[in-house]
Amino acid sequence: MTVALDQPLAAAKSARRRRVSIGAVAPYLQATPLALILGVFLLLPILMIAVVSFWDYDFAAMYPDFLTTNYSDTLGSWVTWKTYLNTLKYAAIVWALTLFVGFWVAYFLAFHIRTTAMQMVLFLVCTVPFLTSNIIRMISWIPVLGRNGLVNSTLVQMGLIPKPIEWLLYSEFAVVLAMVHLYALFMVTPIFNTLMRIDKSLIEAARDAGASGWQVLWNVIIPLAKPGMAIGTIFVVTLVMADFSTVQVMSGGQSASVALMMKNQMSLLQYPAAAANAVVLLVLVLLMVAGILRIVDIRKEL
Amino acid sequence: MSREKRTFEFYVLAAFFALFVLFLYGPLSAILILSFQGENGGLTFPLNGVSLHWFANLFERQAVGDFGGSFKRSFILGLMVMIVTVGVSLLAGLAFRQKFRGATALFYLAVASLVVPSIIISLGIGVVFQQIGFRPAWYTSAFGSHLTWTLPFGVLIMFAVFNRFSPAYEEAARDLGASSWQTFAHVVLPMIAPSLIGVGLFGFTLSYDEFARTLMTSGTFNTLPLEIYGMTTNVTTPVLYALGTVTSVFSFLVILLTLGAIIYVGRRRARI
Repeated sequence: MTVALDQPLAAAKSARRRRVSIGAVAPYLQATPLALILGVFLLLPILMIAVVSFWDYDFAAMYPDFLTTNYSDTLGSWVTWKTYLNTLKYAAIVWALTLFVGFWVAYFLAFHIRTTAMQMVLFLVCTVPFLTSNIIRMISWIPVLGRNGLVNSTLVQMGLIPKPIEWLLYSEFAVVLAMVHLYALFMVTPIFNTLMRIDKSLIEAARDAGASGWQVLWNVIIPLAKPGMAIGTIFVVTLVMADFSTVQVMSGGQSASVALMMKNQMSLLQYPAAAANAVVLLVLVLLMVAGILRIVDIRKEL
Repeated sequence: MSREKRTFEFYVLAAFFALFVLFLYGPLSAILILSFQGENGGLTFPLNGVSLHWFANLFERQAVGDFGGSFKRSFILGLMVMIVTVGVSLLAGLAFRQKFRGATALFYLAVASLVVPSIIISLGIGVVFQQIGFRPAWYTSAFGSHLTWTLPFGVLIMFAVFNRFSPAYEEAARDLGASSWQTFAHVVLPMIAPSLIGVGLFGFTLSYDEFARTLMTSGTFNTLPLEIYGMTTNVTTPVLYALGTVTSVFSFLVILLTLGAIIYVGRRRARI
């Protein structure tokens, strides 16, 4: 009997000892799958792109080499610079619009909706479209903005314009509109998150001290919402900088972006040229993100 | 604040919010209606009769390429990505609760995965597979490229969840004699279950709709978003809208099911 009792006791003891040693390596084991996947499918491909960007190529294949012509070709061309400027222009416009829309939507949800349940319902209403297909959401502008679309036919029928406006669809206007439509939630969510964490007594204190509504907004709420705005900015700017489908579909091929230029090179099998562009774009995007991360510590904001 | 009268600011912002919702749903409802366009109708209003013609058209092979096959591939891929995202994010979330060497580097690697332009990942994985001599396929290369998009979301969500998770519950369980596995399975897991379901939803829908990362990595067979993207350039009939309606309705169903599951899990927990 005693033996039978002793045995599990001993087993438990040795198990506890083992658990201590497992406890030390546990975080490494738990982090391994993530590190492996990101290593193989993120780091390795980026390294490969950096290597390939120095290779030679013709219409059929790539040849290992160390050439800088891929870079000098792309950076020496006026078209490339224009494309980069165009992409940055989209990023700036879409950023400003999503920041404006995102802040006021988040502000309305956080400070004007009184019950948490209603806040969640309305937030979900905003979220649902973002979980559906991006391409479908782009296409859905065609019947609205097209030459005979809803907007044009309504305006013509009301007699406000003599003939349909041509620049509603397949234009830079359409690209910006679709991007705001696609990416606005990425601004709403982080700002909403930071606004929800603002202690309401701070606002009451500001009011008691005699601050007007605008002063509360400008001196209390907006400074406290800055981390959320920074995270939203990271999302929106990187998404716009990487975009090729919205530019292609919504401009009808009349506008260009860096990623679209890369995609065209890829379809012509000019991988080293596309890789050189990829390196330049990646450096640009990472510099922008690093700049924003100097303002905000993501780990603290989660 | 709660019993104040509604201010003028409220009505202005409420109108702004309503416009935003209209902006989000308006175009989507337009294609929903237009997918029931009559047989002779075009891509824009007005409706030229009402029919299911374009939905029937969807299942004819010549009209839209391989709708059934691409849907099946995207669905299976979405499930694969979902399962791996939930598992790996949960493990990584647990890892980040403790200090370990390389934690900061791994965290920023996950953030990098989020900000690196998707077309670069697509190109990189495509070139790596080409150089190793592997054939890209939706269940290998595209699977990996989707994970670089879904995992950061999963990891960041789990990071946020565990940031707010009080260790007192685990200490209490341990004081009552629970083993570390029992503590995890009966205390931690039920508490974070709703968030895990949320991570699963993200994993599935992000993969199901992803196509910039699939561009160079899908191999011979297209996933559904690639098929739709191809159609945008060469299909000029409302069959495009019918496809949009079908995939959107499917996405809505997935979201509803997930919300249902989260509410169910929450209720069951409340009962205990």
